[in-house]
Amino acid sequence: MTTSNPSVPPPAVEKKQAPKGPRKLTKAEIRATEAKTKLTSPWATGIAIVMAILWTIPTFGLLVTSIRPQSSIQNSGWWTWFTNPEFTLDNYDAVLFGSSTGFLTYFVNTVVITIPAVVIPITIALLAAYAFSWIEFRGRDLLFVAVFALQIVPLQVTLIPLLSIYVDVGLAGSFWTVWLSHSIFALPLAIFMFHNFMKDIPRSLVEAARVDGAGHVRIFFRVLLPLLVPAIAAFTVFQFLWVWNDLLVALTFAGGTPNVAPLTVRLAELSGSRGQDWHLLSAGAFVALIVPLAIFLFGQRYFVRGLLAGGVKG
Amino acid sequence: MAHPRRKRTGAAAFVGVAALALTACGGNGDSDSGDGGDAAAGSSEIDCSVYEQFGDLSGTSVSTYSSILSPESDAYEAAFVPFEDCTGVDVQPEWSSEFEAQIVVRVQSGNAPDIAFFPQPGLLQTVVRDTGSVLPVFEETEAVIDENFSEDWKAYGTVDGTYYGFPNSSNSKSFVWYSPGAFADAGYEVPETWEDLIALSDQIVADNPDGSVKPWCAGIGSGDATGWPVTDWVEDKMLRDQGADYYDQWVNHDVPFNAPESLAVWEEVGSILRNEEYVNGGFGNVQTIASTTFQDGGLPILDGSCFMYKMASFYAANWPEGTNVAEDGDVFAFYFPANEGATEKPVLVGSEFLAAFEDRPEVRAFTTYLASADYANLRAKEGFGFVSANLNLDVNNVESPISKLAAEQFQDPSALIRFDGADLMPGAVGSGSFWREATAWIAEGKDTQDVLDAIEQSWP
Amino acid sequence: MAPLSDIKSPERAGASTDDAEARAQTTPVSKSALAVGIVMILVFVGVVGIIAASFFSAVPEISWPSFLVDSSTTLEKLGLMTFVVLLFVGVMALLLFMVDSRKRVPNWTVAIAFVGPALAALLLGLIWPGVSTIIQSFYGRSPWSDPERSEFVGFDNFATLFTTSEFQVVLRNTMIWVILVPLVAVGLGLLYAVLIDRTRGEAVSKGLIFLPMAISLVGASIIWRFIYEYRAPARPQIGLANQILIWLGLDPYQFLLNSPWNTVFLIVVMVWIQTGFAMTIISAAIKAIPDDIIEAARLDGVSGLRMFRYVTIPSIRPALLVVWVTITMTTLKVFDIVRTMTGGNFQTSVVANEFYTQSFRQFDFGLGAALAVLLFVIVIPVVVYQVRQLRLSEDIR
Repeated sequence: MTTSNPSVPPPAVEKKQAPKGPRKLTKAEIRATEAKTKLTSPWATGIAIVMAILWTIPTFGLLVTSIRPQSSIQNSGWWTWFTNPEFTLDNYDAVLFGSSTGFLTYFVNTVVITIPAVVIPITIALLAAYAFSWIEFRGRDLLFVAVFALQIVPLQVTLIPLLSIYVDVGLAGSFWTVWLSHSIFALPLAIFMFHNFMKDIPRSLVEAARVDGAGHVRIFFRVLLPLLVPAIAAFTVFQFLWVWNDLLVALTFAGGTPNVAPLTVRLAELSGSRGQDWHLLSAGAFVALIVPLAIFLFGQRYFVRGLLAGGVKG
Repeated sequence: MAHPRRKRTGAAAFVGVAALALTACGGNGDSDSGDGGDAAAGSSEIDCSVYEQFGDLSGTSVSTYSSILSPESDAYEAAFVPFEDCTGVDVQPEWSSEFEAQIVVRVQSGNAPDIAFFPQPGLLQTVVRDTGSVLPVFEETEAVIDENFSEDWKAYGTVDGTYYGFPNSSNSKSFVWYSPGAFADAGYEVPETWEDLIALSDQIVADNPDGSVKPWCAGIGSGDATGWPVTDWVEDKMLRDQGADYYDQWVNHDVPFNAPESLAVWEEVGSILRNEEYVNGGFGNVQTIASTTFQDGGLPILDGSCFMYKMASFYAANWPEGTNVAEDGDVFAFYFPANEGATEKPVLVGSEFLAAFEDRPEVRAFTTYLASADYANLRAKEGFGFVSANLNLDVNNVESPISKLAAEQFQDPSALIRFDGADLMPGAVGSGSFWREATAWIAEGKDTQDVLDAIEQSWP
Repeated sequence: MAPLSDIKSPERAGASTDDAEARAQTTPVSKSALAVGIVMILVFVGVVGIIAASFFSAVPEISWPSFLVDSSTTLEKLGLMTFVVLLFVGVMALLLFMVDSRKRVPNWTVAIAFVGPALAALLLGLIWPGVSTIIQSFYGRSPWSDPERSEFVGFDNFATLFTTSEFQVVLRNTMIWVILVPLVAVGLGLLYAVLIDRTRGEAVSKGLIFLPMAISLVGASIIWRFIYEYRAPARPQIGLANQILIWLGLDPYQFLLNSPWNTVFLIVVMVWIQTGFAMTIISAAIKAIPDDIIEAARLDGVSGLRMFRYVTIPSIRPALLVVWVTITMTTLKVFDIVRTMTGGNFQTSVVANEFYTQSFRQFDFGLGAALAVLLFVIVIPVVVYQVRQLRLSEDIR
């Protein structure tokens, strides 16, 4: 471990805690006792703050870098910005509209890839999850466990056979490859997550609807769907982040053409060929992360619920 | 790859590509329906009668697949137009940066393009051996190739005794980039021999005792191809120190990779690349060579923190916009010198290769066009540093001065041309252990003999 | 009347059966629902057909309308996107409305209409490719579906993986990743969750740690490559890590170059991303510990570290395990970080990255497949464990 590793508390913390020398031995105890009560120990607060800062600084540094002029970026660290503030949008201009980067085109590609790749699996998975939760048929439980277990298949395993199928049916190099692949890969988790949510819906609600003479389709739309909105929101955020941020699937299926390739592919390429062009890389990275960040902040509550449903309850 | 032309193409370049392609197609349709001006202009550029032997081709189409990207691809599309005007063939190019990853899968699943532009002959070799789908060069095309290319070039496109591919754009690797202005200011002269080169390097070290300026800068980073620039160094030096015959044996593995001759060559290269006094100007110590991409490697020449950077002619496209690449400009390149007393002028080259997967008259016609001097000249006029080994290429058509220099090297009768050996070696070595071990040699300071032993051992 | 029999809850199953069967005999079968059932079966046949045809390289040339596969302007792309979303939702809706009949609907048609699309997709995109890759791992470099060139090599590919020194490094690195990432991420996540529990501004503190989850691995790699950026000692540093070394009076260090520590510095990036995930779930688990358990323990005189050790940890054990498992699985598949930061050079490659290199750079599909299968094998125990947990939780219901 070195200084760059966030797990090492910087000396500042030690200093803060020094005056409380005698209590040093019991620091862990204090922390633990207060776990279930209010946390007031300055020491604990200190660690928390330091961690929060360590986790934020990398992104912040890049943000600052992206608004500095190219020559400053190359000749001084971004932290000097505080003593010598400069501001320019040239980097963003170069990255978005410059012909050698053309991020705008790739941005559009990412949007075009992401939206169907979120809608399609949600639709399919909702239906399947409903069937696994509320329709009795032979072998249902076994099938459900099998679908769940498919989560283990690493993406890598599927790439080459899938690619050759796409090539065979003449879809290679189109958006369809990416849409279909992302949709399929998302299914096991999506079905599992929606299943977990559906199980939590009180049986009595469904029973009541059934007594009123509603069929599966009506129960699904009238009773379950409104209650599932949070679950759908959760998975939407989840899948959105996944697809938007994916590199492997896009790299394999979409290739690098400006017609199809998303931002991540372009960004990885730029990082490999213009490794020292930090004015482009920093602005590019920010263009790529601004939308997921917004979605994330907006949907954070749902996302956390989704994580919990997909994780802990399982 | 920034290029002066890019500036003019401007913001709408990418969106514009489609429109451009559309107008190109539209132009075709027009010329068929008798748009006099266009058709006349097209046919006057090249001799259409050559393609009459293939019969009436109008209405047919040929697909190509290539790793060349926009905006460079526009230059190719423009150079295809006269052929399209002559024959009525619709050329449908596809440009993809994932060419290398996808070509094998495409061919194996029976979806090969009509013609592929292989970035290196090594990949052509792999596709020939792994798929068996590549067709030998058509006889009509070969006749044209014989007129335009020297015999050596046929050898590089030959796999297991069959002639499959012919060169498209080529580059010379035997160049050292420098700043004419900086040389003049410091009173340095372009070295004519290897001995001069070393003397100059020592001179630069002596003139900059604080070590802030170094004679050489280097960068071998290139994603998962990191290490390849070292192979160019080794090959260029091998050609100079051991001669062409030994070089050929070395490439074909008729001599072991870890032979003493080979070791001596590596040590010579190491005397520059692993010499803390000589490298890595603008970046730091020897190790930084491995963490610097080859695209960035030569840029310190511009701010004077290093004097020389050995890189192929295509590096011309890597200088920032506005850099004047000329003998009296901001940067230029000199010939990577031969040893003192050498009678020949060894030139290490690299090239793209064209190969066909389908046999139809229009494909035969198009490959024949691509081998012609007409194409080489038309394409050269479109710029982007294009230069061909085509002997009938008029050097005056070559746009960039450095490409002109390369073209002169290709056509120089005293030049001893040899192809990039790593590209001709089996993939496990040429794009595997050679790169990997060369990287370890630089990054970890791995012992030279150990490096050679490891590569020898990996030879399949 | 809609069929009630299909929705059988365990409690009611017995009661409703007779009722439903009686109805089943009196109501005519819905034709549209039957049609859906048949269509879905045809879809399955089609999927199997595509797979088979692809396998025998016998797929007829399909010429898609160019607007479907070839869109180059922004307008075309957006148009295609809208079209696809509408088409897809429309087809699914149609499917449902066809089975939603007042007439009798056979149970299998409903089931197949709901589950069918998912199963067909999984068959095409996961099951068949998985099987194919497993077979490929026992063949040489050419695809096993090409009988002329492929050769059966048994376990040779795996032998190569385990005996060649270059792959041993890859395996070693993968082990380091799989052990360190979950360990450190869960440890830090736990620490942070405990520290900020019920403090003022808890949501904000959580958000800060959680934020990296929203950033792509490629973006994160660029962010961290910038932190590790190396400049010669004489020049001003622009990477924070090396600037800190300078401030401490040390020499700048090539973080990404020097093996084996460079692997650790790559792992830092993954930890940076995954800690937020661990923290969120652990935090939720801590909040879910019933107050009376804490009170009871406190009355017994348990406090401090012992409380943490004997009450908190056991209570959140399931959550800890789930987080551990999830992060392990994510880590095994990680590819972007290594590829973007080092390209697998300097002895930092991991199995997931090596798979890409072998398959798409060396075109050794056998070796590539063996690497993928290796990933698969490593994950199996993890998923078996998850399935058992799932079973347990189903039983509890």
